[in-house]
Amino acid sequence: MEATPQVPSPLEETQRSGLSLGLAVWLFSLLGVAGALYARWVWTPQSVTREGTSIQSLFDIILGIILVAFIVVHLLLGYFVIRYRARGREAALYLPHHTALEVTYTAVPAAVLVALSVAGMVLWSRVHAPPPPDAFVVEVRGEQFGWSARYPGPDGKLGRVDNRVPAPFNVDPRDPASRDDVISPQIYLVVNRPNRVLLRTRDVQHSFWVPAFRLKKDLLPGATTELVFTPTRTGEFDLACAELCGVGHYTMAGKVRVVTQEEFDRWMRQQARRE
Amino acid sequence: MAAEAHVHVEHPQRESFWTRYVFSQDHKVIGLQYLLTSLFMALVGGALAMVFRTQLAWPQSGILQADQYLAAISMHGTIMVFFVLTPALLGGFANFLVPLKIGARDMAFPFVNMLSYWVFALSIVPLVASFFVPGGPLNAGWTAYPPLSALPQAAPGSGLGQTLWLVSIAIFCVSSLLGSLNYITTILVLRTRGMSLMRMPLTVWGIFVAAVLALLTFPVLMAAGILLLFDRLAGTSFFVPGGLVVGGQVIPHTGGNPLLWQHLFWFFGHPEVYIVILPPMGIVSDVIANFARKPVFGYPAMVASMLAIGILSFLVWGHHMFVSGMHPLLGTGFALTTLLIGVPSAVKTFNWLVTLWRGKLYFSTAMLFAVGFVSLFVAGGLTGIHLGNAPVDIPLHDTYYVVGHFHLVMGTAAVFGIFAGIYFWFPKMFGRLLDERLGRIHFWLTLLGVYGTFFPMYYVGMAGMHRRIYDYRAFPYLAHLQPVQVFITLSAFLIFAGGLVLAYNMLRSLTEGRPADRNPWRGTTLEWSTESPPPHHNWPGEIPQVYRGPYEYSVPGAPQDYLPQWEPEPAAVRAGGH
Ligand code: HEM
Ligand SMILES: [Cu+2]
Ligand SMILES: [Cu+2]
Repeated sequence: MEATPQVPSPLEETQRSGLSLGLAVWLFSLLGVAGALYARWVWTPQSVTREGTSIQSLFDIILGIILVAFIVVHLLLGYFVIRYRARGREAALYLPHHTALEVTYTAVPAAVLVALSVAGMVLWSRVHAPPPPDAFVVEVRGEQFGWSARYPGPDGKLGRVDNRVPAPFNVDPRDPASRDDVISPQIYLVVNRPNRVLLRTRDVQHSFWVPAFRLKKDLLPGATTELVFTPTRTGEFDLACAELCGVGHYTMAGKVRVVTQEEFDRWMRQQARRE
Repeated sequence: MAAEAHVHVEHPQRESFWTRYVFSQDHKVIGLQYLLTSLFMALVGGALAMVFRTQLAWPQSGILQADQYLAAISMHGTIMVFFVLTPALLGGFANFLVPLKIGARDMAFPFVNMLSYWVFALSIVPLVASFFVPGGPLNAGWTAYPPLSALPQAAPGSGLGQTLWLVSIAIFCVSSLLGSLNYITTILVLRTRGMSLMRMPLTVWGIFVAAVLALLTFPVLMAAGILLLFDRLAGTSFFVPGGLVVGGQVIPHTGGNPLLWQHLFWFFGHPEVYIVILPPMGIVSDVIANFARKPVFGYPAMVASMLAIGILSFLVWGHHMFVSGMHPLLGTGFALTTLLIGVPSAVKTFNWLVTLWRGKLYFSTAMLFAVGFVSLFVAGGLTGIHLGNAPVDIPLHDTYYVVGHFHLVMGTAAVFGIFAGIYFWFPKMFGRLLDERLGRIHFWLTLLGVYGTFFPMYYVGMAGMHRRIYDYRAFPYLAHLQPVQVFITLSAFLIFAGGLVLAYNMLRSLTEGRPADRNPWRGTTLEWSTESPPPHHNWPGEIPQVYRGPYEYSVPGAPQDYLPQWEPEPAAVRAGGH
């Protein structure tokens, strides 16, 4: 009795399948890496915030590491698959374990992952640092299915909001801080200074996602969430809702305008005059 | 199944068709019921994907309305996770294989076992019914975040369809509980003489750890689901805060917290992805060892890494919530545990690689899928290092980067494990081999399709495309990706075509496949010691005793390149096939 598995097809078939699989693994991994590099350098939006740029750098470092790991594993996989195809009388190596090898390939990934994790924690706490008191403040509200914004006005304070109040933006007129609030469909941010974007939803979850900022944050019913960051370039950037919020989720596109302080002040005076 | 009916009638008690094939308490029949039901559901879930991918690639076609699109992706995700992967693995393979591999005549509680299948079947009823109710199936995604899922005003599918979904999931949780209790008990108490824990095949280990995870996490999902039902039907406010206005209507709820749902859901949801990947990790280890004619490299490390993954998987759920508005300090902790879980995963991958190294590799279809699994697991797992790093997840969360990641690492990798298992154990299940030529066609269609579908999802995710959008054209920065969308959809069609080839192969091979002897692959584990298919109670005579570990292939000096667990002395090894 032949001591090999009953391969339901002849040995040539195993040879051919092994070769094709090895070559396919090599080809796919190369295409995969090429695609990733292309997507990173051509399709990924250029970051226009300080925090987003740091995030993007850490993304790039990790991308480098995982692409190398991906290629190495696939080169080996493809090579083993081709090289060790059954050929005839040869025997497999009886190798149940090898402690040094196993310890190495536990310790190396562990060290790399812990290092990346520490880098991540440092950046995470920077991204979530408390806003400086002089940060530019804007409140962005999401609802099914659109965005609007509110600015505190000269008193620097946002008035109380109660969704049941039938006023624009549901601002409670009994709160004196609300008198000078400016409500607008336009979302303005100010370049080169910390911006504090307060996020509030009127109904279900939404998520404030500006691909060029490399930042997003959910709008949480019953709470106010916030993003604090410094835009580094003026311009108009696309805004999307990234958290499923109902049938019109795919229509929740918007714009965020990053302007200079002078431009913003001018716009603000116009708004005040109109009111 | 008709051809099966007269294969082995030597069983002493005469059983009716009903007790034998429908309300059977035989673990093998129950296993096949689970497996075939899940494969059927895979066709449904896959067909949904074909339809919504068509809509996405050609938005102007309008074959789905926006709410139907959301219903389709939500049902696709639900079906694939709850009604395909979970029951195929902790249902199909667990039932069929556990007693055969540990040397038991049946499960510890055969009646409970039967009940778990029928409760599972029952849970499909409300799910399917939701297609036919006003408003259609749920719109809220398989994660069903309230308040979207709690308030009927919030979406068409948040009406009766959402209620039926919750009822279905709650029933499913009961079934899963009954099943996992049975697997755990069986593995702990019914192993044959000599089958110590460290001699168990890795498939059994994978099922064991997965069953423990299922036992501890499905009840949490069930509790969350019932609380959400209360919010919907009884006016409670577990998840809905005060002061919301939906569609111009003031919502009467007050005091709930939507983050509570996310915590409960992901406390289940993350272990769930390991529930569906640990058994395939075991299957793939078994298959690779067999067709490499080589022991699984580092068996103790394989077991240890499964246990480590099992324990850590309870501590990482918050990585789904980095941008949810949860306190940032929590994010730090979850990021650390998440990266740690990468270590045992890496160890497993390297162990598979070294198992292939200097093996004698036979490329049956099962082996092709097993090697494919390793590739997909790596391709999907590595990007977990991006997603688990809290700040890096900020731009990636809820984009197609995540969709690519989880489809590769848990969706299609688990599916490849299932396919490897089907080709490997089909002869044991039905006494006939699957056709290998059709098998290769199936494999190549699936492999090409999977790479072509899910790799480009990473790329569009990097470009900023977010999930669950019916039409990406509202977002100017996504317009240039139209050709990629078409490419993804065409690739997805290949996967589905591959699935049809498998279905045809299975149906045909039931009657026309090459007859298999007891041990067609010259394997070492106990299921290969009995007839194909095994009789009721598994071994006609005594239950075999176990003398050694599960992967004694190519032992130097042995007369053959495999030493089965049940053979007393290497010298006494007889030729296979008895
Ligand atoms: C036939 C191959 C498949 C294709 C083409 C496919 C495609 C997709 C796509 C494009 C989405 C994202 C939809 C969106 O966000 O708009 C999705 C979601 C999903 N898929 Fe698949 N998928 C396939 C197989 C699977 C498998 C095997 C699983 C098993 C885990 C799976 C599980 C999921 C889940 C859980 C979701 C999330 C659903 C949600 O957003 O609520 N899919 N699928
Ligand atoms: Cu939305
Ligand atoms: Cu997770």
